Amino acid sequence: MSAAQKSLALHLGLIGGLFALAFILPTYHHGNFARIMVLATYAIGYNVLFGYTGLLSLGHAMFFAAGMYGMGLAMQYGGVPALPALFLGIIAATILAAVVAVLALRTIGVAFMIVTLMFAQTGFLTILYFGEWTRGDEGFVLQQKVRQIAGLDLSDPMTRYLAAWVLFSVALLATARMMHVAFGGVLVAIRENEERTRMLGYNVFAHKFAAVVISGAIAGAAGAAYGLLFGYVGATFASVQYSIFPLLWVLLGGAGTTIGPFIGALFMFYLIDYSSGLTSAYMLIAGVALVLLTLFARAGIAGEIKRRWAPWLP
Amino acid sequence: MGAVASLSLLQTHGLTRRYGGLTAVDNVDFALPEGQVHALIGPNGAGKSTFVGMVSGRIEASEGRVEFEGRDVTGLPTHKRIRAGMAYTFQITSIYARLSLFDNVALAMGNRNRDAATEALARVGLDDRADQIAGDLSYGHQRLLEIAMGVAQAPRLLILDEPTQGLAESEIEGFNAIINALRGQTTILLIEHNMNVVMALADAITVLDQGAVLATGAPEAIRADAAVQAAYLGSG
Amino acid sequence: MDFGPYLLLASLEGAVGAAVLALTAVGLSLVFGVMRVVNVAHGEFYMIGAVVAWFVATTVGTHPALGFVAALIVAPLVAAIIAIAADRLVLKRVNYDPEATIVATIGILYIIQQAALMGYGPEARPVEPPFNHRIALPWYDFAAGEWFYPWGLGTTSYKLFVIAVAIVLLLGFWALMTRTKVGLVMRATQLDWDMAQAFGIPVDRVYALVFGFGAALAALAAVLIVPIQQAHYLMGGDPLLLSFIVVIIGGLGSVRGTVVAAILIGMSDGIISVFFTPTLAKIIATMVVALVLVFRPQGLFGTKAA
Repeated sequence: MSAAQKSLALHLGLIGGLFALAFILPTYHHGNFARIMVLATYAIGYNVLFGYTGLLSLGHAMFFAAGMYGMGLAMQYGGVPALPALFLGIIAATILAAVVAVLALRTIGVAFMIVTLMFAQTGFLTILYFGEWTRGDEGFVLQQKVRQIAGLDLSDPMTRYLAAWVLFSVALLATARMMHVAFGGVLVAIRENEERTRMLGYNVFAHKFAAVVISGAIAGAAGAAYGLLFGYVGATFASVQYSIFPLLWVLLGGAGTTIGPFIGALFMFYLIDYSSGLTSAYMLIAGVALVLLTLFARAGIAGEIKRRWAPWLP
Repeated sequence: MGAVASLSLLQTHGLTRRYGGLTAVDNVDFALPEGQVHALIGPNGAGKSTFVGMVSGRIEASEGRVEFEGRDVTGLPTHKRIRAGMAYTFQITSIYARLSLFDNVALAMGNRNRDAATEALARVGLDDRADQIAGDLSYGHQRLLEIAMGVAQAPRLLILDEPTQGLAESEIEGFNAIINALRGQTTILLIEHNMNVVMALADAITVLDQGAVLATGAPEAIRADAAVQAAYLGSG
Repeated sequence: MDFGPYLLLASLEGAVGAAVLALTAVGLSLVFGVMRVVNVAHGEFYMIGAVVAWFVATTVGTHPALGFVAALIVAPLVAAIIAIAADRLVLKRVNYDPEATIVATIGILYIIQQAALMGYGPEARPVEPPFNHRIALPWYDFAAGEWFYPWGLGTTSYKLFVIAVAIVLLLGFWALMTRTKVGLVMRATQLDWDMAQAFGIPVDRVYALVFGFGAALAALAAVLIVPIQQAHYLMGGDPLLLSFIVVIIGGLGSVRGTVVAAILIGMSDGIISVFFTPTLAKIIATMVVALVLVFRPQGLFGTKAA
C-alpha cells in the first residue's frame, strides 16, 4: 500500500470505528465520546495553525466561544432555528479569525502568543461585561425544543453522538485532504523555514492568514456544535483554560499529525475525568502533562509512533 | 554599455540603502545582460549582500529603482519578484532541514513532479538521495541542495550569495561544473570571495567597495585595474 | 463625596495597587530581560507569597507584626526555592527555548495553583495587618475657604506603609542592579549570553538566581498586599495579567520602563475602576496591550531599535 492509501485507510478506519462505537458503548462512555469528538474537532482546528503552520496561539478559546455565542445568542434572542444558527456561529468565528489574523500576524513567536492571549482575554471579559445577554459566568441553557435540525432531536443521545461524529469526520477528512494538496505543503514549509519559503516565491502572509481563518472557523464550528449538542452556552468556554486545552490535546496527541488531535483529546478527557473523581485539583493533571510533554515528548503520541514505527503516518 | 543595457535582464538605477547614518549601498547603477554569468566581488562589508537583498526584495531600498525584464519591480514584495523569475540562495544555508530532498525541491518547483525533481537533483548529483532528510546531509551537500532548489525554480535570474563558502576544493570543482552546465540557460548573479571561482566562471565582474561600484568589466580588465587591486585584490 | 476628594481617594487606592504591581512586574521584567523567556507562572509565585504569609502568620501567631516580619523573609524564600527548582528541572532542560518555556510555565502554573488548592484549600483567608490606623484626610473647601474632613476620605497607616516599603524595595533593587557585582553579572548576561559565558560568568547559575529572584519579588509583593486583600489559590491570575500589561507597555525587559508603566497602569487601574466597572477597565487594558504589541512592540516608552 502506498502512503496515501495507508493514510486514507487509517482515517476511514477511525471514522468507521467511531461509528460502530455508537452502538456498542455503554451510556456513560457513549456521552463522553460524543463530547470528545466535538472537542477533537476543536483540536483539529487548533492543529491546523499550531501543528502544521507552526503558529502557537494561546487564544483559540475566542474562536470556540465566538462559534458558541454566535450560535447561542442567535437562537436565544433572535429565534433563529438550530441549523442556520450553527452557520451564524461559524461565520462569527471566521470573521473574528480574519480580524485577529490581520493584527496578530504582524507579530511572530512569543509576541504572537501573547497577542492572541490578550485578544482572547478581551473576548472573555467582553462576554462578562455584556452579562445581561450572555448571563456571564452562569451562562444560559438552550431549551430542548429548539435544539432540532430537520426534525432530529439533538438532545437525544444517539442523534447527538452521530451529529458529533459527522462534524468530526468532516473536519478530519477535510484537513487530511488539505494537507495532501499543495496548500498544506506550503503551510508546513512556512513552519519549517519561513524565510526560505518567502524566497521561493510563496506569499507567506496570505498562507498564514488562510491558516488562521481556517483554524478559527473549525474551532468556531466545534464551539457552535458543542453549545447546540449539549444545550449550554457559558463564559467558561472563552476562558484561558479553553485556550490551553487544545494546545494540550494537540501536544499530547502529536502536533502536525491528522489523528493526533483526536488521540490527545481522548486521553486527556479520560485522564481529567478519572482524576476529577479523586480530587477537585484535577487541573494538576493538565499541568503535569504540559511539563512532561515539553520535556520528554515534544512530538506527542502520534508523533512518536510516526518517528519510531510508521513514517507514513499523515 | 548603452546597447547592452537595452537587452538587460536586470537593471538598477541609483539603488541606495541606508541604516541610520551608515550607507551600506550607495547609488548603484547596475546592468546585467541576459545569459551572462556576472560576479559581484568586494571586501567584507562592501554591501554585496545588501545589494542583492534589494534586488530580490528581502531588503527595502532607501532610494533608487530595480528593473527586472524591463519592468519596475521596486515596489513589489519578495514573493512576486521570485514569481517573476528570480531565484535566490542564501549566504547561510537555508533549506528545509526536517523535510526530504524531494520535498525541498518540490517546494522550489511548486509541484510534486517526481521526474522533474529528480532531474533538478541530478544536476548537483544528489538524485540518488531524494528520500533522505535534508538535515542529515553533509554541509557541502546541503549547499548543493540549495543550488538544486534554485535551479528547480527554473529562474530567469539565479542569485547565488557566496555559494562556495565552506566547500572543500573538490566540491568547488563540482560547483564550477554545475554553473558551467547552466550557462546560457539562465542568467547568474554570483557573489563570491574565491577569486579562482570568479575567474573560472564570470563573463563579467562588478567590484563593490564601501557600497559603491568601483569597477565593472571583463575578468582580465578587472584583474588589471589598479584601483581594484588597491582596494581588494592586493589585500587578498 | 465631591469629585475632588473622590479622585484623591481613588489615587491613593491606585498608588497601593501601583506599588505592589511595580514589584511584581519588575520580577517578570527581570526574568524576561535577562533570560529572554516569558514566565507565565509568575502570578503563581505571587500566590505562593500570599499563602505562605497566611501559614506563617497563623503559625507564629503571637503578634501580627511578628508574623508579618517572618512572612517577609519566609515567603520570598519559599517562592525562590520553588522557582529555582522549576528552573533546574524544567526550563534549563528545554534550553530556555522561548515557545517551549511558555508551554512549560503554563504547566508549572497549573501545578502550583492546583497544589495550593490541595494543600491550602479553596477558601479565601485574611491575614491581619501588623498595624492599621485609620487616617482621615482633609480637603480644602474652596467655597468656604477652609480645610475640612470629608466623610469617607481616608486611608490606613498600613496602606501608606505598603507604598513606602515598595519604594524602598525598588530603590534597593535599582542599587543592586547598578551598584553591585551581582547586578553587573545580571546585566552582562542580559546583554550577551555568549560573551558572558566567554568571560567566565556561570550563566547557568545566573539564570537560576534571576528566576528565583523574580519569583521572590512577586512573593514579596503578595506578602505586602495580603493584609489588604485575602489569600486565595486563584489570586495569581490578575497580577499576572497586570504584570504582562506593564512589562509590555513599558518595553520588554526594560526595568525603568516597567516601573514607569506600573505606576501609570496601577494608578489608572485604581482610578478607572472607581469610575468605570473593573471589567471594562480590564477590557480596555488587554486590548491596549495587544495593540501595543502589534504596532509598537518596543513598548510605549521604549525607543525603536535600528
